[in-house]
Amino acid sequence: MAAPLSVEVEFGGGAELLFDGIKKHQVTLPGQEEPWDIRNLLVWIKKNLLKERPELFIQGDSVRPGILVLVNDADWELLGELDYQLQDQDNILFISTLHGG
Amino acid sequence: MVRVATLTPTPLLRMSPTQTAGAVTLARPCWGQFLETPRVSGKKEGAACGQSPEDRAKTVAEMKLILQTLGFPWHFVALEEVFGLSPSVLRCSAQEPVGAVGTYKVAVDSFLQQQHTLGTERAGGSPSPAQGEEWLSPPGTQESQDPAGPPPAAQTEALSRLFGSVKTLTAKEEFLHTLRTHLILHVARTHGYSKVMTGDSCTRLAIKLMTSLALGRGAFLAWDTGFSDERHGDVVVVRPMRDHTLKEVAFYNRLFAVPSVFTPAIDTKAPEKASVHRLMEGFLLRLQAQFPSTVSTVYRTSEKLVKAPRDGCAAGPRCLLCMCTLDVDAADSATAFGAQTSGFSQTQPPTPRAGAGAPTEAGGAQDRCRGAGPCGREDSRAQVIEQLCYGCRANMKDVPSLDLLPPYILAEAQLRSQRASQEIQEYLVENGAEEMQTAESRAWGHQESGARIA
Repeated sequence: MAAPLSVEVEFGGGAELLFDGIKKHQVTLPGQEEPWDIRNLLVWIKKNLLKERPELFIQGDSVRPGILVLVNDADWELLGELDYQLQDQDNILFISTLHGG
Repeated sequence: MVRVATLTPTPLLRMSPTQTAGAVTLARPCWGQFLETPRVSGKKEGAACGQSPEDRAKTVAEMKLILQTLGFPWHFVALEEVFGLSPSVLRCSAQEPVGAVGTYKVAVDSFLQQQHTLGTERAGGSPSPAQGEEWLSPPGTQESQDPAGPPPAAQTEALSRLFGSVKTLTAKEEFLHTLRTHLILHVARTHGYSKVMTGDSCTRLAIKLMTSLALGRGAFLAWDTGFSDERHGDVVVVRPMRDHTLKEVAFYNRLFAVPSVFTPAIDTKAPEKASVHRLMEGFLLRLQAQFPSTVSTVYRTSEKLVKAPRDGCAAGPRCLLCMCTLDVDAADSATAFGAQTSGFSQTQPPTPRAGAGAPTEAGGAQDRCRGAGPCGREDSRAQVIEQLCYGCRANMKDVPSLDLLPPYILAEAQLRSQRASQEIQEYLVENGAEEMQTAESRAWGHQESGARIA
């Protein structure tokens, strides 16, 4: 049973175009059975924040190759990628390095 | 797409990861030191992407704010200015000492004067949309760092029409890249810069390498993706960032809070299969996700490419658009390749330098199609096509009408083919004289042998 979490989700490098041009989103994730991890966060983002063209951001379970994910300014590969469990007040940054946004 | 580079006093280029290929710094030529007083050039390509003037103005304002904090001199150039370029930008000039930078400027100024007088004669009121001559900015504007205002609406319209007529996104991207190169070259030459640094990262160059292979530019990979590109002669294009992957650049920018500006480009939000570039990018990045050594392997391969030794600009004809030495041998009709490229030229003769068999056909065909009308149009299209390398020809297939091209390209094409036909005429005269001599000597020989028999 996970308590509601407050995290800051940021987008850069053009990814913000898919989110109405807003770069920083302060979001409160609702409490749920399983603990929140990046995998769940992505599903939540797709449902609630993503305004258009989901295939340009998410591919299958994970982000599209070419989109970097930084958690508290650290590469998510160091933290377990999709399995990293979110803490309160975390900052998750998605930077798109793709030419096509 | 507007591109920005931020520079520290130590000339380390810091960039936002999306603006990879275009942030340009121009280095003054100097003796002994490689870098001195770099300048940053911002390019405005909003018209090609269909941006509204307000959006473009907003982006320019944002960029100016950042550039002003840099302390380096900077220039703004709108893509519409390609309609005001002189054909001399397409000519490769040999290495010139610093003092001789004036010759290019003189050429440009005299061309502009010519066009200006032609324009004022013809304009008389509303500009006609046919040619680009009436819309040239007065000679002073290109020198100033801050253009007086947005480019003339007619130029913007011409640019949108040009890009609107191109059929595929691949061709659009390639064409945009070509025009951008010409414009940067023009700015560099006008202000006397000998080096242009672009911000291509390792990842971008790996993608560019694979894309060039797919588009038929395999012969020029060493120039397109190598560290230095000297095909323009006096201006050398250098790629100092080619050792750094996009991931490194993105992290650096984030950790050091480098300000950047992002604007949509011609391919923003394009689906994956929209163009060869997008497809190749998706392919390489997906492969990279599973096999992390992909990008660096491709990059190392590009390092091994050696440029064929060429001395200056003298060796062989050059492509009209990309200025690489032509790799097309139109006389080779035995292969399918030859058949395809000769198909482009339709009824036109093969490249004038092809060989002894060509001259008489060349003269005849050109006489046949000299008239105006549909034949004349095909003639001018063939004229341009035969001066392009294979990659550029394949690209031109997607450009239905060459009339919309900026005038400097068409002018240079005409000039080159006129020069070539002049050489053929000289060759014909020489050849004719030789034939007469051999005919005479044969006649003498017959007479003598006839006399002997008799």
